Amino acid sequence: MKIAIASGKGGAGKTSVTASLARVWDAPLVAVDTDAEAPNLHLFLHPTMEQSRTSWLTVPEMDPEKCVHCEKCRDICTYKAIASFAGRISLFPDMCHGCGGCFAVCPSGALRRGRRELGVLEQGTALEGKVRFLMGRTRIGESMTPPLLREEHALLARMLEEIPADALLDAPPGVSCPTVTVTRDVDAVLLVADPTPFGFYDFTLAHKAFLPLGRPMFVVINRAGAEGNEEGDEAVRAYCREHGLPLLAALPFEREAAEQYAGGRLLADLSPAWRERFVALRDALREAFSRAMEEKEGGHA
Amino acid sequence: MREIVVISGKGGTGKTTVSAAFAHLAENKVICDLDVDAPDLHILLSPSVRQTTPFISGSHAVIRSEACVQCGTCAKLCAFGAVSRGENGYCVDDLRCEGCGVCVKLCPQKAVDFPERHCGDWYVSDTRFGLMVHAQLFPGQENSGKLVGLLKTEARRYAKEQKLDTILCDGSPGVGCPVIASLSGAGLAVGVVEPTPSGRHDFARVAELCRHFRVPLAVIINKADINAAEADAIAALCAENGHTLLGRLPFSPVVTQAMVRRQALTEFPNPVGDRLKDMWSALQNIKTGR
Repeated sequence: MKIAIASGKGGAGKTSVTASLARVWDAPLVAVDTDAEAPNLHLFLHPTMEQSRTSWLTVPEMDPEKCVHCEKCRDICTYKAIASFAGRISLFPDMCHGCGGCFAVCPSGALRRGRRELGVLEQGTALEGKVRFLMGRTRIGESMTPPLLREEHALLARMLEEIPADALLDAPPGVSCPTVTVTRDVDAVLLVADPTPFGFYDFTLAHKAFLPLGRPMFVVINRAGAEGNEEGDEAVRAYCREHGLPLLAALPFEREAAEQYAGGRLLADLSPAWRERFVALRDALREAFSRAMEEKEGGHA
Repeated sequence: MREIVVISGKGGTGKTTVSAAFAHLAENKVICDLDVDAPDLHILLSPSVRQTTPFISGSHAVIRSEACVQCGTCAKLCAFGAVSRGENGYCVDDLRCEGCGVCVKLCPQKAVDFPERHCGDWYVSDTRFGLMVHAQLFPGQENSGKLVGLLKTEARRYAKEQKLDTILCDGSPGVGCPVIASLSGAGLAVGVVEPTPSGRHDFARVAELCRHFRVPLAVIINKADINAAEADAIAALCAENGHTLLGRLPFSPVVTQAMVRRQALTEFPNPVGDRLKDMWSALQNIKTGR
């Protein structure tokens, strides 16, 4: 099973939950950081990196000698990456989305396949070699994240083909293109709900964003029981009841937990009680996933 | 006119909490929520919307099955794997379509329509702190950078009209398209950093982005006492790189309590709010980039 851990709001606890679930996972696992703009999972799992590769976007390069100035490339480019000034074609490779339309229409072979660096993909192992690790990291100044994420996902598919395993994907915050790029290719989504007013609002945004994907969704509340925020916890619970979202666990708000995280340590290592919480979450996740799959099959029969 | 953008790299470090306090303290300003993807500032500012405008951006491909002859040209050309052949012939997966229009323009039968995408709405609102420009991208939509650019243009236009000298923006997490758009034309970035390995790591990335775009950066260390050593390391990093350290905020339940009260921290007496007032005064002495 391939599970994305998402939240809508940043700082809800996606990375904490992913890292601690990886710690207690009792089957072959690939832990994947797909928050390529702000990747953090490696800071908690301390992987030994074994392979690194640069991810590139194919962008056009011009051979002016071959250009016949038909401007077909400019006409097909939606992203204003190709302009024509006084009969000369100018390229702006930073604007290119890599659709390849210009190559398809150029009649004279004047466009070569150049490339722009999107970032890097790194692979390794973590937690005494028990967990395989994969992360993406965008280049600073690069505005497009989805193509790097698509390549990361293809790499994950190959890793899972080589050695079958479960996969936990630490998703980016928000609900726009990078997050959807990640969540559309998984079997289920575990939503980490921060029960503050901000967290609750963003949690409902995430739920609405992922509904059209048709994937089972489950919820874990993080920082439950904060002083003065009793209504917030109840708001998440009520929302889950109303929308038929299985609530798998509520992790308590504790200053010690914040300090554990701030020290770069795993919540599952904080105390036996915290470890037990993640073991229970792992089991609840498996059970909820099997039930969702059965219901799906039942629905088809 | 000066434009101040609150950013962080990592999400959840306290951008909106700081933005709300500064929105309360600043005079003659327009408030702007540039986190169009997961905006939260409106939760504290309870805006009354004066004007709603649909955000139409780009288009998406839709194959007219009655005109399609199943030649497969579109599927071959699509660089995003958005076209596949199902039981009813070729169709476009809307979640994968990037709206490049290559299939639309090159379909031999002209069987691909290209309707515009309504990606969200943007608003001009009144709040108790003044005018606010904000938006909500529909869940799962793209072009957030473009929407951020649009909000900034509107905020500037309004500030000019009303002779207001400050645009105060709550930014989004990450270092990608919406953050790059937020920094474009900004005079000062305020980085809200938490003293955790993630906070420092992501802050370093966003600081590099500010350098890349030549935007000066001032820093607030939030929840500074959950890891004092890490907070000191961040302070040292700021000194080394010439970022003004505006100060440190403690880890305090009053932050969530302010959120529950739907108030900025500076609106009721509490020690965290007092520190934010000091930081806002300190910020007045920083020379902005533009």
